[in-house]
Amino acid sequence: MTRDAPGAAAVSVITGRGIPLRGDDIDTDRIMPARFLRATSFEGLERHLFEDDRAARPDHPFNDARFAGAAWLVVNSNFGCGSSREHAPQGLARAGIRGIVGESFSEIFQGNAAMLGVPCFAADRQAIERLQTLIEHTPNLIVNARVDSCLITAGPLRLTATLPAALRDGFLSGQWNPTAMLLDRFDEVRAVAERLPYLNGFEDVRP
Amino acid sequence: MAETLFQKVWNAHAVRTRPSGQTQLFVGLHLIHEVTTPQAFDMLRQHGWRVAFPDRTFGTVDHIVPTDTQRRPFVDLMAEEMTTALERNCREFGIHLAGPGEAGGAGSPGSDDQGIVHVIGPELGLTQPGMTIACGDSHTSTHGALGAIALGIGTSQVRDVLASQCLSLDRLKVRRIDIEGRLAPGVYAKDVILTIIRRLGVQGGVGFAYEYGGSAVDRMTIEERMTLCNMSIEGGARAGYVNPDDTTFAFLRGRRFAPHGDAFGRAVAWWRSIASDADAPYDDRVRLDAASIEPTVTWGINPGQSVGIGEPLPSAPGDTAVDEALAFMGFAAGSRMEGTPIDVAFIGSCTNGRLSDLQEAARIVRGRRVAPGVKALVVPGSRAVSREAEALGLDEVFRRAGFEWRGAGCSMCLGMNTDRLEGRQVCASSSNRNFKGRQGSPTGRTLLMSPAMVAAAAIAGRVVDVRSLLNEVPA
Repeated sequence: MTRDAPGAAAVSVITGRGIPLRGDDIDTDRIMPARFLRATSFEGLERHLFEDDRAARPDHPFNDARFAGAAWLVVNSNFGCGSSREHAPQGLARAGIRGIVGESFSEIFQGNAAMLGVPCFAADRQAIERLQTLIEHTPNLIVNARVDSCLITAGPLRLTATLPAALRDGFLSGQWNPTAMLLDRFDEVRAVAERLPYLNGFEDVRP
Repeated sequence: MAETLFQKVWNAHAVRTRPSGQTQLFVGLHLIHEVTTPQAFDMLRQHGWRVAFPDRTFGTVDHIVPTDTQRRPFVDLMAEEMTTALERNCREFGIHLAGPGEAGGAGSPGSDDQGIVHVIGPELGLTQPGMTIACGDSHTSTHGALGAIALGIGTSQVRDVLASQCLSLDRLKVRRIDIEGRLAPGVYAKDVILTIIRRLGVQGGVGFAYEYGGSAVDRMTIEERMTLCNMSIEGGARAGYVNPDDTTFAFLRGRRFAPHGDAFGRAVAWWRSIASDADAPYDDRVRLDAASIEPTVTWGINPGQSVGIGEPLPSAPGDTAVDEALAFMGFAAGSRMEGTPIDVAFIGSCTNGRLSDLQEAARIVRGRRVAPGVKALVVPGSRAVSREAEALGLDEVFRRAGFEWRGAGCSMCLGMNTDRLEGRQVCASSSNRNFKGRQGSPTGRTLLMSPAMVAAAAIAGRVVDVRSLLNEVPA
């Protein structure tokens, strides 16, 4: 699957089973340990997700066959903090994760996931914990989200999440990967470069 | 209208506002390294795109390069492959690379400049006030020390910056953090930033740029300000900066890529103009008393979990985050970090691998010996730092004490090269992250502290208050 084609399809509804991963401040070193960044491609990263955490904890959700094939990852607060390595969301996306819902996310992680078409929805702790518990008890439960309303439903649970407006618009319009937009009207980019004092010998400085 | 530096710099680089509200932001300087770029270059080739501004792009190798010997080809085959890939990409796309030297050759042009990307940017004068800077590394915030807005990005964004020199981003809010008063002897910028993160939390800065100021920051050197800005991201803030001042201008004067001659004077005028106005509005303000900060050490598994050297570890029954961290580290609630035995001492990284860091550590080490059984290494942040330190004889001070003196690179800050913790080793480290597994062993334990504190721990074989060694002359 190509995950880097600009002008990719809109992401408006995400439906599938979930995998609950409890814990605050789960950093990208834990999601994808550094030794797996020793490669010139992202291929195969899905095999190494949470590799050290999984070895330390046989009951880690990513070891649990009941959650295999999940499209949703349900996390707690500050998920994806630390290193900016895109290898973390790449691994998740390549493992089939198409949406993440949690209490909060690191900004860089949320942005990197968005570049792969994976929205990170935020909701309050109580709602997240209920969703995690629900999935733990009913792994086959289908979680459904509409990107426009940020309404997430799962069995009896309905929760209204949030998504930064710009990311939401990008998913809905299919422009979650902005390269084409950034390349459009390149003359405007050049115009900014021509105005910046440090790119022009500080010739025209008006303090 | 009064504005912050952040607002002025952001507005000067805004190409346009997207309908979604995000800004298309021009990137004035794009720094690249071997680990987060190969896929980006592949995507460029796949789409037939060129690098939009190769002159505003600058590469080096730091993460994966070995630091024991940097002779090519590297014994670590993956290090060789990733370095070769970056060399090929830079050649193909016309990008200046401060490489480690050609395989089998005597050294490629510019290779004297190799080093950690966040050390060499300021060192070469590439990093300047008022710039927007991006790099596929979260510690890009370091460059804010010179009054730049510097952002860590992922590989797809690296592709975007290569192709268009732009990013699409939401504007950040600005939190002003004033650190007032004087730091006590033995207390460093590292202790200040660890204290800020502890107080505001590892997530407190999400959505913000941190503007550091106040009399303690005014007195800091640029290198100290770099330590401060470097760890902004550990507090959740994607960017951190200090307004440019005379210290900044003096630092930049004469550096290779800084403006020279008349242009320097004109540059200073512009640099002054982009500093935050005295009455600039902030989204939040926080104040810290510099004199209240002690030498600080982390005890847990994120950089917010720290204590002053004289303080007990938290005792918080039922707090799962504290329990998880204490269990992983093997520490008891209510105990003290002082006296904790260490196995490894690491001085280096983009946080604390600059000349002044090595000088402060050498003050402690001079005339003393590393404790038996402790593996101690000093890894200069760049080849220039190495050369300067060697000219001052610091390499000999460290070697004589039993430290290894290495080549430039990220080394043991992260488990990506051959320098890694083994098993449950405890490492006193001047780096930036104490995450589980960060230093290459899934069960390894990291104690973050200042380089002087690491030096003191290396000598004592256990965590000690560096102030006890500062006051005592070795026999």
